[in-house]
Amino acid sequence: MKIKKFLLALLLSSSAFLMAGSLGAQDAPVVEAAAEAAEAVADAIPFEDGYAAFMETPGAAFFTISNLWLLISAALVFIMHLGFATVESGLSQSKNTVNILFKNVFIISMGIITYALWGFNAMYPGFAEGSAGVFAMGSWFDVPASVDMMTAAYADYTWYTDFIFQAMFAATAATIVSGAVAERVKLSSFMIFATLLVTFAYPITGSWQWGGGWLSARGFYDFAGSSLVHGFGGFAALACAIILGPRAGKYVDGRIKPILGHSMPLATIGVFLLFLGWFGFNGGSVLNADPYLVSLVFVTTALAAAGGAIGSIITSWVFLKKPDLSMALNGILAGLVGITAGADSIMPAYAILTGLIAGALVVFSIIFFDKIKIDDPVGAISVHGVCGIFGTLAVALFSDAAGFGIQLIGTLSIGAFAFIFSLIVFGLLKVTVGVRVSPEEEAEGLDIGEHGQEAYPDFGASSR
Amino acid sequence: MKLVKAIIKPFKLEEVKEALADIGIEGMTVTEVKGFGRQKGHTEIYRGSEYTVDFLPKVMIEIVVDDADAEKTSEAIVKAAKTGKIGDGKVFIIPVDSAIRIRTDESGPEAL
Repeated sequence: MKIKKFLLALLLSSSAFLMAGSLGAQDAPVVEAAAEAAEAVADAIPFEDGYAAFMETPGAAFFTISNLWLLISAALVFIMHLGFATVESGLSQSKNTVNILFKNVFIISMGIITYALWGFNAMYPGFAEGSAGVFAMGSWFDVPASVDMMTAAYADYTWYTDFIFQAMFAATAATIVSGAVAERVKLSSFMIFATLLVTFAYPITGSWQWGGGWLSARGFYDFAGSSLVHGFGGFAALACAIILGPRAGKYVDGRIKPILGHSMPLATIGVFLLFLGWFGFNGGSVLNADPYLVSLVFVTTALAAAGGAIGSIITSWVFLKKPDLSMALNGILAGLVGITAGADSIMPAYAILTGLIAGALVVFSIIFFDKIKIDDPVGAISVHGVCGIFGTLAVALFSDAAGFGIQLIGTLSIGAFAFIFSLIVFGLLKVTVGVRVSPEEEAEGLDIGEHGQEAYPDFGASSR
Repeated sequence: MKLVKAIIKPFKLEEVKEALADIGIEGMTVTEVKGFGRQKGHTEIYRGSEYTVDFLPKVMIEIVVDDADAEKTSEAIVKAAKTGKIGDGKVFIIPVDSAIRIRTDESGPEAL
């Protein structure tokens, strides 16, 4: 009975198309009326029936596979948060491990919820009238499922899939900042900042491109977010690291005194997890399961990561005299960030080149920021900020997907917005509640100071 | 009684322990320590910046023996721990006034 109604609606709408074709444009009102009638009938069909009818159509197979691929990708992007947590822990001191893990737990949890309540809608459903493609307002979240949202009428995936895939990306920006401010930032201030950044700032720049805003209209190209995700996070991190100042003991009498990470195995596990997750980050950004594009993206992603490692290994061996593992790890990430903007448009040979350049760039960038006394324990500003810009420009240099000018304007605009937003918000937090722990707490470690817990209570001398 | 106190390279501990077992030494106390002598520290590099490690890891072995055994104990340690390179360590022989076994209240050489 209900299926009959749906078929009737299909019949009505298809006949409307036929009429439009045969009668010409002057009969538009008739067509409109027919379409409205079809819509009214469609509205009357319960979700289950419309959905079931769609799943009977030939297109349902590709839709199902695409949807599944995006869900797998979302899960892979989720694993990147474990990667970030382990990289950050490994590259900082053991006395701050609980604090770093806690921040990562908070960021992903807060990120998913705020993206549900505000971010997703602010980023995607289009712009408020008169906003000139600059600021999209959030509108709804918990709406009932409709056939239009759960079938090919929406995209090659459901509205739910769209949300969860994008939500996994959103928290990344704050995670990047977390690494750069590690070992000295006051937990409560960081939590406030991260929430504001993910909830309000990230969807604004995201909407400029992926929401169909002004950058999108001008031909800017950022496939999976070299600028929108990584550059954004990197420049937010830069602003926060400048405001926060270096860790105590990093610069003594004008000389750099390195503060060693406590676990290279943890850092390495984290980078491999990020590498794995990136197949979802880039591969899922195809937004369907197109065999050609998804496989191309896997290849360019892996080649750029490998190129990044080789580029940074050569650079650190030649210029720093030693093959530094932490630099090789940063090199893999640099290559991955570098290819993210053009993973579907830069061909494999150029993907290797993109990786090699990003890998070399990240080593010089880390040394540069160390020299100008911007302390970044994990190299987040260099990996995500600097290589984010490079990756965005690489699209223009190594493919014909976009011009150099708009790529430059786009990446600088996004970076500048993230930088200024962070400068203002983090700056306000500094003058009101403070953003840094006391020197005593920093010396003793944030694990005890902020959480009253230790990450490794069984290590070292103990009377317990 | 004498306390034989040796500071050696950590990877030599196993060989030294076996050499001491071979001459009949039945107990020892081992501590992981750090320090420097003529070897001084060395420089390492992390993310492009050099830094010096002043205190190098060593292992300290402490053994209390009868006066008559002190010489051969130290000889066994020196022989087993020697690599001929700087940083092999040192052996000290120190007089011990008394010794008591906690379990049995024995004292003097019987307590060893």
